[in-house]
Amino acid sequence: MITIDDILETNRMITENKLDVRTITMGISLRDCAHPNISQFCRNVYDKITTSAEFLVKTGEDIEAEYGIPIIHKRISVTPIAIAADACKTDTYVPVAEALDKAAKEVGVNFIGGFSALVEKGFTNGDRILINSIPQALASTDLVCSSVNLGSTKSGINMDCVREMGEIIKRTAELTRDQQALGCAKLVVFCNAPGDNPFMAGAFHGVSEADKVVSVGVSGPGVVKHALEDLKGADFTEIAETIKKTAFKITRVGQLVAREASKRLGVPFGIIDLSLAPTPAVGDSVARIIEELGIEGCGAPGTTAALALLNDAVKKGGLMASSHVGGLSGAFIPVSEDEGMIHAVQQGSLSIEKLEAMTCVCSVGLDMIAIEGDTSAATISGIIADEAAIGMINNKTTAVRVIPVPGKKVGEMVEYGGLLGYCPIVPVRSQYSSEAFIARGGRIPAPIRSLTN
Amino acid sequence: MKLVVTVVGKDRVGIIAMVSQILAENNVNILSINQNIMDGFFNMILIAEISESKIKLTELQKILKERGEEINVQIKAQHEDIFNVMHSV
Repeated sequence: MITIDDILETNRMITENKLDVRTITMGISLRDCAHPNISQFCRNVYDKITTSAEFLVKTGEDIEAEYGIPIIHKRISVTPIAIAADACKTDTYVPVAEALDKAAKEVGVNFIGGFSALVEKGFTNGDRILINSIPQALASTDLVCSSVNLGSTKSGINMDCVREMGEIIKRTAELTRDQQALGCAKLVVFCNAPGDNPFMAGAFHGVSEADKVVSVGVSGPGVVKHALEDLKGADFTEIAETIKKTAFKITRVGQLVAREASKRLGVPFGIIDLSLAPTPAVGDSVARIIEELGIEGCGAPGTTAALALLNDAVKKGGLMASSHVGGLSGAFIPVSEDEGMIHAVQQGSLSIEKLEAMTCVCSVGLDMIAIEGDTSAATISGIIADEAAIGMINNKTTAVRVIPVPGKKVGEMVEYGGLLGYCPIVPVRSQYSSEAFIARGGRIPAPIRSLTN
Repeated sequence: MKLVVTVVGKDRVGIIAMVSQILAENNVNILSINQNIMDGFFNMILIAEISESKIKLTELQKILKERGEEINVQIKAQHEDIFNVMHSV
């Protein structure tokens, strides 16, 4: 029997603490769309997406209204295009990105992910075409998101791709320079990318997934922060318990939404991604949780430990609340999408070097960080290599989504609007070159911990 | 299916009358009402059975919201399951 206190608590979480379901993401396999003629392939892709996801947005809106829980985004992820389009006789996949964009607009979703390649061990012809198409594809579309997985614990790191991605990020920034390099906000470089991640920009529909699945990404940093406000001076056991209970409640709502969406769409339920996904709105910040734990400014010593505790407690609490957990699951630390992180960078307490340490214990990696436009491709590749190494050795997903904004210098601001937020240019402190290291190429061998059989 | 209706706003004459009238007109049966006034603010939580009603939930929500705005109270109507899943295992 629900009590009045329960009802008031739930509604306070929604109205005051900004509890929401961040996304319902429908994963759609494009493996059955293959065709040697790229125009026919694009038609197949467009038709499959618009048929499969015809009612996705409407269903999301119905659930939102019925239960009174905001569902911020409806999204689609597809089979990595480098795989789906590999049979096409072509030298560019830009038309495929345009077909994805058109299909996403037709069904009314917020983003479509999967302009992707999985190259941790090597490239196929399709992988090469895809990677070379990324800058133009992101410049000529609005909703398409792209990702490249270039490392894994099982396979090591593809350092040729690390070098190329530094250049691809630079070229993407250049082609979208009139939008402050917005293209780079839609491009993620991964190590250990999961195939069931509902969050953008890194979502793609993994090759081992069913034809169609529905997954849900939850949110709720504001709710956790609020719960901790009553625990001034409490020890870490009590803090962890409170976060677990709160994560449980948040995730149960995600599970309800996922179950309903799956039933109404007639599509199997995939996973719940147990994430604390912040927004630029005040009161919806992961950095502010860290500060609530007693760190004066996010980034000060103790930040990594605070984030580790938070990330672990969220998983423990959420795990019990859902029948299938997957995706990235943990606390996100994007800079431009988190009001507290933005503030921490502005006041100088948080640096990209500290963020790198934090990525050892958060859900993903260096995310939504604007850097100076004249940062060299080799330096960006060096940042990618470091992140990939952290992921490879620690058997976790790491990623890099940096935005070298042309013409911008440290101290200036960039603004993307919406969930992508705004951010000061973050300094890359070391002025020394990584050029010779990145130029070597080849593969970093799989680590000893890959040999688990 | 059970519906949870929450009403919050400045107290005045006829809030309960208005809400219950809208529900009655649409064949929605009230199961419980809990209401109080705190610092001049009206708070009500009402649980109702909507299975016998012909009106679509989204339409009922719209009517309640609009009529509530006319008398300066916020009315929210939600499927009870969001509370059940969050607070019971």
